[in-house]
Amino acid sequence: MTAPAAYQVSHLDALEAESVFVMREVVAEMERPVLLFSGGKDSIVMLRLAQKAFAPANIPFPVMHVDTGHNFPEVLEYRDQRVAELGLQLVVASVQEALNRGMVRESGDGMRNRIQTPVLLDAVEKHRFDALFGGARRDEEKARAKERVFSFRDEFGQWDPKNQRPELWSLYNGRHHPGESIRVFPLSNWTELDVWHYIARERLALPSIYYAHEREVIERDGMFYAVNEFFRPRAGEERFKAQVRYRTVGDASCTAAVRSDADTVEKVIEEVAATRITERGATRGDDRVSEAAMEDRKREGYF
Amino acid sequence: MSVETVTPAGPETAARPMDLLRFATAGSVDDGKSTLIGRLLYDTKSLFTDQLAAVEAVSAARGDEYTNLALLTDGLRAEREQGITIDVAYRYFATPRRKFIIADTPGHTQYTRNMVTGASTADLALILVDARKGLVEQSRRHAFLCSLLRVPHLVLCVNKMDLVDWSQEVFERIADEFTAFAAKLDAPDLTVVPISALQGDNIVSRSENMTWYEGPSLLHHLERVHIASDRNLVDVRFPVQYVIRPQSTTVTDYRGYAGQVASGVLKPGDEVMVLPSGFTSRIASVETADGPVAEAFPPMSVTVRLEDEIDISRGDLICRPNNAPVVAQDIEAMVCWMDETRPLQVGGRYAIKHTTRSARAIVRGLHYRLDINSLHRDESAGELRLNEIGRVRLRTTVPLLADEYRRNRTTGGFVIIDEATNRTVGAGMIVDTA
Repeated sequence: MTAPAAYQVSHLDALEAESVFVMREVVAEMERPVLLFSGGKDSIVMLRLAQKAFAPANIPFPVMHVDTGHNFPEVLEYRDQRVAELGLQLVVASVQEALNRGMVRESGDGMRNRIQTPVLLDAVEKHRFDALFGGARRDEEKARAKERVFSFRDEFGQWDPKNQRPELWSLYNGRHHPGESIRVFPLSNWTELDVWHYIARERLALPSIYYAHEREVIERDGMFYAVNEFFRPRAGEERFKAQVRYRTVGDASCTAAVRSDADTVEKVIEEVAATRITERGATRGDDRVSEAAMEDRKREGYF
Repeated sequence: MSVETVTPAGPETAARPMDLLRFATAGSVDDGKSTLIGRLLYDTKSLFTDQLAAVEAVSAARGDEYTNLALLTDGLRAEREQGITIDVAYRYFATPRRKFIIADTPGHTQYTRNMVTGASTADLALILVDARKGLVEQSRRHAFLCSLLRVPHLVLCVNKMDLVDWSQEVFERIADEFTAFAAKLDAPDLTVVPISALQGDNIVSRSENMTWYEGPSLLHHLERVHIASDRNLVDVRFPVQYVIRPQSTTVTDYRGYAGQVASGVLKPGDEVMVLPSGFTSRIASVETADGPVAEAFPPMSVTVRLEDEIDISRGDLICRPNNAPVVAQDIEAMVCWMDETRPLQVGGRYAIKHTTRSARAIVRGLHYRLDINSLHRDESAGELRLNEIGRVRLRTTVPLLADEYRRNRTTGGFVIIDEATNRTVGAGMIVDTA
């Protein structure tokens, strides 16, 4: 039989339906889910999907921010505002506190990306979370291209890429023993461009740094870093003002901006559609360490 | 508002009216599969310069004579060290017409397990053969697995046509042989395209080297193959995922059944039956977070509300009184075994996940093991090992609400889970219920 054209759904609707399905599966089957909310665009989209999945009821789980202490103030404000609007419980896992307690030690380069992991795992254990929604997408990085939607973590929070559960149809296996957990990635099949199309369609507010603005930066390895209290220029690095925006928002000491005039969502969509560099490649100092930097961090329990 | 956030005034719908096609690729590196995927990504501007630069650098460091595009997808340390592909990799590209999700399944290790996984959600499967070698055992195996998983569209790419002088005769011999084989498999829609992935012939645009070929280029076919009618819009199947009951002072007495439409069309006013109880009611409304909708169809995730208060929970299924799945505890299924540590054995007990329903099951019988190269049935088989496929009889602790897999991939498929290790150890496709 031939389906009338009316029964077709757009790719965004199909992606949304899949993500909503995934979130409902988690809430139906797991004991204590939590959503990792950084104030970044992917986690903002995830939060909207969570609203959609459970409306008219409230989002039935708390959100958690692993706070490196190196924040963009616009993002932190956004986080608090959004959490208040939705009446969510916010758990903050603080890297600074963990440093003060001596649980982790600052790394030589001052980047706090790697030391987030033990802080995250500690909070998971303390709150006995058994499912963690993360906004990671498979198009971001090649180690992520092979990760499941339901990604099993052992009692040490570790990912074993060679021992993943086959994932067939839409049958997700979230079974685990006490102490183990599942990372769940509802945006697995979304691309950066899909995320921006969805932000436009849903008219989602974002922290202002995602749009073009003038900022004092220095250039390092072809990337533009904002000069602020967490990022110190090296000798010989010249400060200058530039029109930039952030494609990703992470730790302020290792997230770089890109030159951009895109000050509206439509212009960002145009820019993202035309770009030939991946968002992590353009903006993340932490992924430049080695070919397997992401895989190694993930094995240790990173997002 | 003190917080500085930006709400841009987006157009009513910034999303292009484009749909989604998922396809699985099968073939080994030798067939040029990675080159083909690299070519599709590159020519649709989905391959990024930093990814390409990284691959070029690693290729050069390893002494490869050409840029090894397999490195694009072989992202894991162990894969690069051993030069093999371990797992299904997902890749994305889009044209103005469609977004594509590629499940790229490796040709060597764990072949069947990965192929079955990739094919389970695919609208289309792309099988590659080397024009110089023609059909090999592996091509037949690929085609069989696609038919077992009921992938609706099959594309055979006869690659490396440049190495056989763009010969029409070579192409037609392979195409004829494959078409004959596919007919035996009850394979659905089949298209055969002569290509050169390396040189880009018939990938995006029609080849000037093969003017005798009158069909579409591969991308042209992928963009236009009609998938809308692959969905079953006749048999209403709505597995209930979750019951929404707000604990709120503003929304009271709300009870909605959340789920994703597996098949059929649901509309307010429709008479429905709930399984396994058999109670009937009418649909009061079909809702989403954005408001009520006139109808719901696959793959929409919605919330259904009924006119009557009946006891419904996760794992139940909403259908029509005159068109229902069977309610069965004795299941006949083709099972693909996926666990390397322990084989499936008669008498074995497992957990099962079928739609949103979980059950325990005991293996009552193994009718035969299928040799997927010869399609020979070995009725003396006593177990199924990793990557083996056989016809199995199961008895479940609670009834499944099931259709034959060939009629419905959602209500016909299930996974088998080892209760001790929690690993997913098998995939089942229901052939019969008794």
